[in-house]
Parts: sequence; C-alpha cells; structure tokens
Amino acid sequence: MTGLLVVAAGVLCACGTYLVLGRQLSRVIIGFGLLGHGVNLLLVLSGGDGGDPAFAGPGTTAADVDRFADPLPQAFVLTAIVITFGVVAFLLALAHRSWRLTADDEVEDDIEDRRIAAAAREGDRAGGDA
Amino acid sequence: MTALVPLPVLLPLLGAAVSLAAGRSRGVQRAVGVTTLAAVSAVAAALLAHVDGDGPVAVQVGGWPAPVGITLVADRTSVVLLLASVLTMLAVLVFAVGEGGAERTQAGFHPLYLVLAAGVAASFLTGDLFNLFVAFEVMLMASYALITLGGRPAQVRSGMTYVVISLVASTLFLLSLALVYAATGTVNMADLHTEVADLPAGVRSGLAVLLVAVFGIKSAVFPLFFWLPDSYPTAAAPVTAVFAGLLTKIGVYAMIRSQTLLFPPETRPAGLLLVVAGLTMVVGVLGAVAQNDVRRLLSFHIVSQIGYMVMGLGLFTVAGLAAAVYFIVHQIVVKTSLFLVAGVVERRTGTGHLDRLSGLARVEPLLAGLFLLAALSLAGIPPLSGFVGKLGLVEAGLDAGSYAIVAVSLAVSLLTLFSMTKIWSNAFWGPPPEPEANGTEGGPPGRRLMLAATGALVALSLAVAVGAGPLYGLAERAGHDLVDPTTYLEAVLAP
Repeated sequence: MTGLLVVAAGVLCACGTYLVLGRQLSRVIIGFGLLGHGVNLLLVLSGGDGGDPAFAGPGTTAADVDRFADPLPQAFVLTAIVITFGVVAFLLALAHRSWRLTADDEVEDDIEDRRIAAAAREGDRAGGDA
Repeated sequence: MTALVPLPVLLPLLGAAVSLAAGRSRGVQRAVGVTTLAAVSAVAAALLAHVDGDGPVAVQVGGWPAPVGITLVADRTSVVLLLASVLTMLAVLVFAVGEGGAERTQAGFHPLYLVLAAGVAASFLTGDLFNLFVAFEVMLMASYALITLGGRPAQVRSGMTYVVISLVASTLFLLSLALVYAATGTVNMADLHTEVADLPAGVRSGLAVLLVAVFGIKSAVFPLFFWLPDSYPTAAAPVTAVFAGLLTKIGVYAMIRSQTLLFPPETRPAGLLLVVAGLTMVVGVLGAVAQNDVRRLLSFHIVSQIGYMVMGLGLFTVAGLAAAVYFIVHQIVVKTSLFLVAGVVERRTGTGHLDRLSGLARVEPLLAGLFLLAALSLAGIPPLSGFVGKLGLVEAGLDAGSYAIVAVSLAVSLLTLFSMTKIWSNAFWGPPPEPEANGTEGGPPGRRLMLAATGALVALSLAVAVGAGPLYGLAERAGHDLVDPTTYLEAVLAP
C-alpha cells in the first residue's frame, strides 16, 4: 500500500510540475493544487506504515501504543493543507484580477526586461557598425 | 525571562487584530502599529541583554516537552537580527504614515504589516523546522497581500511571479520536511542535530543541499534570484523597502541556522556555497549596473549583497559566521534606508527613472546627504558599517585560505561603488529640475516625516558603525555559538 501511495505522490508531483511550467495562470493554479496534494501525500507517508488511530485512553496499553500510526505527520499535513488552501484562494483572486485587467490568461513579460534587452541589442548593432 | 520569548510573535498578532477591528480610523491604526512595534523593540532589546549574558533561552509553548512540542529559542544570532528587523520595521511604518500612499488609502495595510512583523519574529525565534515553515507562510501570506495592495496592473503581473515562486519554494520546503521526518522521525532542530549525525553520509548531503535550494529561493541567491528584481520594485515604496531589508535576510538566516545546527561539519556543502556566493555577488552587481530605474537598480543590489552573507556562511569558521551576522544587521538597516530614499525621490519627482532625474542635491540637500551616507556604506567605504562587515569577511576569507572568493568580493565592492555613483551623478548632480516640473512647491505633504524616518535609519546605520566594537564582539560570540551549539542544545533539550 505504501509503495502504491509513493507512486501516486510521484505522479501527482510530475503532473503538477508540468502544469506549473505553462504560461496560462489557470493551469499554473491547477498545477499547484496537484503539486500540493503530491507533497502532502508524501508528508503523510513520512510517518511510516499506517496503524490504529492515535487515541490514548484509560485502558490503553503499551501494545496498543505500538500499533498506533504516527500522529505527528498528520498534524503537519492538516496545517499544510490549510496553508495551501489559503494561498491557492489568493492566487485565484489574483488571477481573476489579472483577467479583468488584461482579458487574458497568460503571464505577461516584464516590460523593463524587454527594454533593457532591446537597449543591449541596439548597443551591439552600434558596436558592429563602428 | 522566558515569558518574554513568545511576545515578539504574540504582540504583533494581537496588534493586527485590534488594527483590523479599528479599520475605519487610520489614527487608531497608526497608534496601534507604532506602539506594538516599539513594544516589540523593547522586548527584543531586553532579550538581547539577557541572552548575551546568560546564554540561549528556550520556551516550550503549551508545555509539551522539547522534541514533540512547539519550541521557541532566543539566542544571540536570532535576537540581534530580530532587534535590527523590528527597529527597521518601525522606521518604515513611520515613513509609510508620512508618505500617505497605500497606508492612507488601504485599510488593510496596518493589519498586514503587523502580521508580517509576527511572521518575521516567528521565523527568527522558532526552534523547529516545521514551525519555521509555518512562520514563513505567515510572513509570505502577509507579503503577498502587501505586494499587490492597490491592484495596479504592474503589481498584479509581478505579484503573480512573486506568489508563484514563493509557492514553489514552500512546496520544496514541505517536501524536504517530509524527507527529514522520514529519515529521522523529528523536526525539532536541536533534536535533529543528534539524529542527523547518525544518518548515512549520502542522505545527509542530499538533505543539506535540498535545504540550501529551498532557502536559496527565499534569499535569492544565484541562480534562483530572477524573481526578485521583477517583483519588488512595483510595490508601494515602504513595502518594497521593508521587503528589501528583511525577507531575503530571513532566508539567509534560515540557511545559516539549518546548515550550522543540523549538519555535522563534514556534510556541509561549503564549496558549493562559496561558488554560489561568488556568482551571486557578480551577477547581482552586473545586473544592477545595467539598470536605469532606481528601485530596480537597488533590487539587483539586494541580490549582490546576499552573496557576501552566503560567503560568510560558506567559510564555516567563527570569524566567517561572525562577519555574516554583522553584515546582515548592517544590510537590514542600510538597504532599507536606500529604498526609503528612493521612495522620497519618487514621491518628490513622480519618477524613479535615472534619465528623467537631475539636480536633486540642490532641491533636497538633506536627502542627498542621507543617500550619500547609505550608498557609501553599502559600497563599503571606511569608516561606515559596510566597511566593517566587508573587512571582517575578507579577513575571515584570508584566514580560511579562500583567496578566490576574497578577490571576487573586493572586485564586486568596486562595481557597487560604480553603480552607486551612477545614481548619484544622474539623480543628485546636474542642473536642478525646472520649477514647473517640480510638482508641489516645498515638497509633498508628509515630507518631513519621511525624511525623519529615513534619517533615523541612516543614524541607526551610523550607530552600527560607531558601535562596531561591542556589536562585532556580540557577532563573534554569536558566530562561536553557531559553530559550537552546545549551549543551544542544552537550553532546548535539557532545561
């Protein structure tokens, strides 16, 4: 089971990475969703194999404790899921704003970068003429 | 004394809540913001005095014992950086009030700013790798909102880059946390110090390099810096200033903390770090020389100066780490004051383009003086604070026999001076601007407050230089603690 989940985490991360590399914001956001799921799955797996719920009560013995699943990674994952949720919500709001402003879903180039690249090309041409 | 340790995180969060509730009254928000940050500065100063005398203090929040619970640790390195950061944030807040830009128009500015302060404090004080992740996220979440505050098209475009890159770094951080936990079964940094030592050498190196990559994106080292000059300049002037002063330095702090505390000496990627440091310095300063916009030029300088800090870390000696700690304190103050000067220039003239600026030294002699002091300090001209930091780094490099990196750092200093003179000769020298192009006569409203805040920061940077003796002594003791973390481990694991 653990092996299967590791493969699933890998596939999720791979798909997420592919989508994040695109230029369309909607794809990037979906990509981050997948990437986040993949990493969270890995985080759950970092606690080792599964086991009983980690609830200790009056009748709990040492043998019961040994059968518990590690609760710490689960706490990590819950925190991480909440954080990812918040950031993805913010990204969606930003993407919506960007779409309202430009009516386009693509990530734009930086104007200042292009200006400097153009100036450098100009300089090369002037240098070549001299 | 232990009661003081959580306060730098708690007070700004409480302040943010009050500030949010008082969203209709800017006056109350201002009072809350300034009072909170002043109180946190006082707490940090008291902590520094205590920690420097009696060694690190650890607090187990909620009372759970160390490897499981939430640990907050105050030691020399973290508290001195915390104090410098909070004082800088206080000055920038006063500047923002004077500037009357996003601070006046957006009710969200003050709460977000205080949440940012809480995230910054938590990043410095946490003693646990997972809580470092949470602290980063708190800080980043506030920074996402601050960088896009106002929602102008340029801000949305660059904010997108910033959020996406930060998210990549956070995902990688979470991934490395999963691997660290799978390998060792703990995320408490003091506990990891003993656990990591038992791992096979290959696993240790893998984890070390993964963490360098994660914090490398946060601190914008070569080749992971490209997002920074794109995204920082578009935000409101005080926001850019506080990001420039603090956020990347927290990445460097996390790198220093994780590399020195977690990994035994033979695993540390010292060679890699020195190469990265050299390339960061060179590429950053070359990028800066090509720029024509004041804020973009300064943004490339952030990258370049990060190289010096990574150099101090890469040497892994007491002298190198001491110089790195001193240099970070110097950078937090000086870099922020340079961005504040840029903010005043833009407010005054309406542009930050070097081609369109001229003769400001005639119109704004005080501002020109402040810029000159901060710029010369950045370039490392004696007797200013940058000189002391760079001298320490060069000496540490020579002691360690790393001559190549010393040569690179000296050459980059020269180029730094060159690009600073570029700003000086274009913006401050030359004929003064035409009266009608001058905007409002006598300067914009709030100009005095802006100049006072900038002046206070420049004065603080002078204090860092004048008090270099005691401060450098403190940095040396901090460097010693980083190389030999026995007292840190005792404070956390055996209180």
